[in-house]
Amino acid sequence: MQVDVDTPPPVEEQQLRFDRMIADEVRIEPRDWMPEGYRRTLIRQIAQHAHSEIIGMQPEGNWITRAPSLRRKAILMAKVQDEAGHGLYLYSAAETLGVDREELLDLLHQGKQKYSSIFNYPTLTWADMGAIGWLVDGAAIMNQVPLCRCSYGPYGRAMVRICKEESFHQRQGFEILHTLSHGTPAQKAMAQDAVDRFWWPSLMMFGPPDSASTHSAQSTAWGIKRFGNDELRQRFVDMTVPQADVLGLRIPDPDLRWDEATGHYAFGAIDWDELDRIIRGDGPCNAQRMERRRTAHEEGAWVRDSADAYARKHAAAATTTSDAA
Amino acid sequence: MTTAGSAPRTPHGWPLWEVFVRSRRGLSHQHVGSLHAPDGEMALRNARDVYTRRGEGVSLWVVPSAAIVASSPDEQDPFFDPALDKVYRHPTFYEVPEGVEHL
Amino acid sequence: MSTPTTSRPQRPTAPADPLVAYLVGLGDDALILAQRLGEWITRAPQIEEDIALGNIALDLLGQARVLLSHAGEVEGAGRDEDALAYLRDEREFRNVCLVEIPNGDFAVTMARQLVFSAYQYELWTALRNSTEPLLADLAAKAVKEVTYHRDHATQWVLRLGDGTDEGHRRMQAGLDRVWPYVAELFAADDVAAQLPGVAVDPPSLLAPWTAYVEDVVARATLTVPTPTWHSRGGRRGLHTEHLGHLLPEMQHLHRAHPGARW
Ligand SMILES: [Fe+2]
Ligand SMILES: [Fe+2]
Repeated sequence: MQVDVDTPPPVEEQQLRFDRMIADEVRIEPRDWMPEGYRRTLIRQIAQHAHSEIIGMQPEGNWITRAPSLRRKAILMAKVQDEAGHGLYLYSAAETLGVDREELLDLLHQGKQKYSSIFNYPTLTWADMGAIGWLVDGAAIMNQVPLCRCSYGPYGRAMVRICKEESFHQRQGFEILHTLSHGTPAQKAMAQDAVDRFWWPSLMMFGPPDSASTHSAQSTAWGIKRFGNDELRQRFVDMTVPQADVLGLRIPDPDLRWDEATGHYAFGAIDWDELDRIIRGDGPCNAQRMERRRTAHEEGAWVRDSADAYARKHAAAATTTSDAA
Repeated sequence: MTTAGSAPRTPHGWPLWEVFVRSRRGLSHQHVGSLHAPDGEMALRNARDVYTRRGEGVSLWVVPSAAIVASSPDEQDPFFDPALDKVYRHPTFYEVPEGVEHL
Repeated sequence: MSTPTTSRPQRPTAPADPLVAYLVGLGDDALILAQRLGEWITRAPQIEEDIALGNIALDLLGQARVLLSHAGEVEGAGRDEDALAYLRDEREFRNVCLVEIPNGDFAVTMARQLVFSAYQYELWTALRNSTEPLLADLAAKAVKEVTYHRDHATQWVLRLGDGTDEGHRRMQAGLDRVWPYVAELFAADDVAAQLPGVAVDPPSLLAPWTAYVEDVVARATLTVPTPTWHSRGGRRGLHTEHLGHLLPEMQHLHRAHPGARW
């Protein structure tokens, strides 16, 4: 059912209504009027998030065939599959803003949209599956929980689904590391090495310091972003350090100490040049990740085309039959 | 399992389908998201894998997104406001004398 | 020098207990195919298909774990599912050769899925009546899983066979690639023969399998291949060369840390 409206209300009035909804914490839904900047910001952020889930399948997918027990193999496969699902939930949310998933994938494949830099690090040992689950999924959850209350309805709802599924991801990672750190000396060394390599990149997942972050203020005003990068990073450190003690693993930061005055852990300086370098494409696995993604897409083209042709053929056949009846 | 087979093509890629899940008997289907599939049968199968991996559903609907006709938020006032003043449709409108239960 | 022996050297490849051998054979089929399908993840033609192939692989891995665990229990030598999966060599694996051949393109994988899931559908349907309680229980669950696997493969074979010209050509090539491995699935098996009531006689599955598969192939406008050679011997540990590459990848980490827990 569609009711005809003669003329839409003027833009100023629409903008006022939008601002009021944001102020009242009322969710914005797909067919609501929204400022172009809000739409563009959301498309960019949701797409980048979706791409991260999809590219993020690769570093862990790298160990599916080599998981050291059948139980671990099943868990890892289910986890990587979940990440594919997360990507789809997010593409679906982005599509409510009037873009096509195919367009977004093209932008990814052309290098015009980014994904999280963390996935440009290689997974060199089995313990990396533990470090990724514990630290990378842990940091992701920290970032994602506030997004469940994002002002844009479909994004918030996708995040609710995702956060529900994420809880097992972090636990299985912790369990892997716990088993390794309580196993043979070689296993424990493997676990420590993985934490050494993934600790700093995980802290970088929260983005640049608020002082250097370009989009933060507007995103906060729009109710897309709820907390600053530094605040979330601090929360992550505070949550993780005691867990490292339980694991019996060392955090690779000589400056890390409990600060009685602030009630938080103080930690060392992050190497932002490294992050910049990787964002620019100069990370150990950027080229490899993109190539895998493009190849899967290109080699799948004939499959998608054939299914499409089949659907047309049979839709046409169905129409003919019903016409005849 | 019955499906209507076709949906309008998008300029590139498979058409978009909206997915509705009945999470258990006694509840209605709820919109959970969308996905791409070449036709209804594949959309239904993909929906099972994408949206019910943890046994979230007992029944699924897929509907071509293009087949959904939606009211526009701009029409929100003329469209839905008339219902707002019909408070007598809501049970809380009625005063129930003290002592009456299960009404 | 010791006395030369007249009998040919025989490497013991089959477990002595036929029930153990039977369970290991079915378990290896599921395990090796799960391993192959796991290779697809992040490489599928559409993200939805990454998830679908993952689901099928997870179902098969689940079947493998139940079968191998139970085989270990029946054997009573202290081997669990991991000891059986990770510490046996090629000649001790008892899977049919079909499941170990490389994935090829999506058409080859779907051809293999059609053949194997239709076979497993008949197998598990029959095993619901097994006098071995564990097999009967597993069969009740597995038959639901493989019903979905068979349907998934069927839908794809139809869409590739009766879609574009390229799809048709590749799907026919996929069938041609896997058909030499079909007969082995239905070959009489002396292990199964020793387990009346418990196991299923493979040749008895051929007729319903053929009816189903030939119908799908015809509806997909494809032709049932007539291969000039046939694989044989997987159940006796005689495999293709491919298994010798699959196993080291699967097993190396586990073997590099003897006795470790994971
Ligand atoms: Fe995720
Ligand atoms: Fe995750």
